Amino acid sequence: MDEPTLDAIIARYEAPSGRLLGILGEIQDQEGYIPRETLGMLAEKLDVRLSQLYSLATFYSYFSLTPVGEHVITVCMGTACHVKGAPAILEALEGMLGIKSDTSVDGKFSITTEDRKFTLAIARCFGACSMAPVLRIDGNLYGYATKENLPAILGEYGWEP
Amino acid sequence: MKITSAADLETVRQAGLQKLQPVKPRIAVGLATCGIAVGGSRVYERLREIIKRDGLDIILTKTGCIGYCKEEPLVNITIPNKPLVILHKVTEADAEEIIKLVQKGKVPADKALCRVPSWDHVTGCILEYGKGFTKIPLYGKVPFFKGQQKVILRDAGLINPEDIDEYIAVGGYKAAIKALTGKDSETVIKEVEKSGLRGRGGAGFPTGLKWRITRDAKAEKKYIICNADEGDPGAYMNRNEMESDPHMLIEGMIIGAYAMGAPDGLIYIRAEYPLAIKRLKLAIGQAREYGLLGNNIFGTNFSFDIGIATGAGAFVCGESTALVASIEGRTGRPHPRPPRLTDIGGGLFGYPTDLNNVETWCNVPVIIINGSDWYARIGSKDNTGTKVFSLVGKVDRVGLVEVPLGTTLNTIVSDIGNGGANNKKVKAVQTGGPSGGCIPFRLFDTPMDFENLNKAGSIMGSGGIVVMDEDTDMVDIARFFINFATGESCGKCIPCREGLKHSLLLLNRILAKKGTKKDIETLALLSDTIVATSLCGLGQTAPNPVLTTLAYFREEYDALVKP
Repeated sequence: MDEPTLDAIIARYEAPSGRLLGILGEIQDQEGYIPRETLGMLAEKLDVRLSQLYSLATFYSYFSLTPVGEHVITVCMGTACHVKGAPAILEALEGMLGIKSDTSVDGKFSITTEDRKFTLAIARCFGACSMAPVLRIDGNLYGYATKENLPAILGEYGWEP
Repeated sequence: MKITSAADLETVRQAGLQKLQPVKPRIAVGLATCGIAVGGSRVYERLREIIKRDGLDIILTKTGCIGYCKEEPLVNITIPNKPLVILHKVTEADAEEIIKLVQKGKVPADKALCRVPSWDHVTGCILEYGKGFTKIPLYGKVPFFKGQQKVILRDAGLINPEDIDEYIAVGGYKAAIKALTGKDSETVIKEVEKSGLRGRGGAGFPTGLKWRITRDAKAEKKYIICNADEGDPGAYMNRNEMESDPHMLIEGMIIGAYAMGAPDGLIYIRAEYPLAIKRLKLAIGQAREYGLLGNNIFGTNFSFDIGIATGAGAFVCGESTALVASIEGRTGRPHPRPPRLTDIGGGLFGYPTDLNNVETWCNVPVIIINGSDWYARIGSKDNTGTKVFSLVGKVDRVGLVEVPLGTTLNTIVSDIGNGGANNKKVKAVQTGGPSGGCIPFRLFDTPMDFENLNKAGSIMGSGGIVVMDEDTDMVDIARFFINFATGESCGKCIPCREGLKHSLLLLNRILAKKGTKKDIETLALLSDTIVATSLCGLGQTAPNPVLTTLAYFREEYDALVKP
């Protein structure tokens, strides 16, 4: 993230309430993760210790310190999704993408394919429980996921068998 | 313009009514997150294209979600002097036909879910739509709606949440003007106390009392916060309340701020709810334009404004002290109470702070408008008012269900929800999220209120009801929650951090059929210990799913272990 972009984000947070998480959240949304150098730049600009920012980035599950692929697939692992078969959806996606679940460096579930096309991640709950199981690709929600309709959904994002 | 009097409000109300009941046909597409995800925006786009292509005199707008998620996408049709008709399972392919019929003053009968000849918006505002379309079932005859009582969701799915005028049209901000220009702080607090309103976030603490304590705290500054972190997986009523009727929350906060003398309000909302954040920001902006937020509200000397702080995915931040730490830019680790948030030194930046859940705030305007006596007649003694439950999982009719507190699980799951999906037998429900417990079918005569749920070993929580059927493995469910809580433990105190981890190891071993009877006993003992010794609510309640499944479904554990 370049300096003017970061400055513009910081400028949106004048009030101290919710400032740090808000800024980190916007960096996360724009970049898909929080780059190490952006974190350093932010620490300097706000005169906050880098270790404090690092503790926030690792404590909160919304933030990721690992770069992500072109498209991010997030599988909801909430209760309703769980009872309606989310684990099987996750497994099917791992098979389709040829990756195996693992934890990333910051202890969060997020894994990227070798060609950096897709990142597979999990979420606690999207609050879209009525259409469980649910997955999200780049901000678009897909309800009533089944193993059978996954290829068509992923196909929209350039996935090929 | 700034609204400074009841007359001003009435002027806006009339303008809003013109939008809700225009002299030409109006089509409103249900565009809350759930409606969008199942194709609502595609329907909206297609309708927009056709109307533009043919240069038609039809109003196209959006609305929130009426709660019948199973039937989405939903589309409302208002033809002057005809009942409002709700269409269900609408796709883009239906758009041409809908438009064609609407032009002729008709609606597609095969797509019609129900008709609404008149709607009571509860705040003394009944909207008459009209007569006709008698072959379409009445709203009140639809089994999913029949047993419900809409107080909090009275506007959801009917008004455009992105237009303050429509909220005002159905009686919005009348309570705020009534309180700010006609009642003193003490009267407002007494009214809320007498209503019996209890916190909808889960603990059920009397709201009026919390307000009184905050108001009486002697400090130069105070905060009020809305907890919109809705972290319970399986619960999404707060999301819908914010997406479908954001002004109800804002109005509740204005009244609370006035009663407690707090100039600053904050909504702490999870980053995973982008649409709710967008609509709240829009609503706050509109309220400021009308002078309902900002300096000298309604021309009085009371000033108040609301900011938004986003959470970043930490279940523990639902705990009040962790929530405040998070807003201050720290990791969300709870500290022992006292000091409580309402104490000097305990709240946000050290100032006394009142924290209420989204739905709690949403209850406030109707209490002020209709009075505490009216409100207290809903529900049961000590459990007044309605509660919105999210009925999800393996139930036939999934959706948001609003019923008086004290309604039995049977009514909610079997009558309103029509029992198990795909004709399977319902085995249990899980209420209250990761802090709650599993209640077996034989206890479904349990009234859903704070005390009776506790008696059954569970909690109200924020109102999630996840239904499980005969195929659900209850030990796996227990592991699911312990796995969740292990991941969400902030790591500060040992019982929670280590105890949950070892509970998970035991459950893994039992589920892998490598466990023994002794492991089950150890699990039970460990669970009791975690409950008794953890620092905050997360740890104290995290073993509930294990304890309740052990109590009610012990045979499923026994079947997995060696003797």
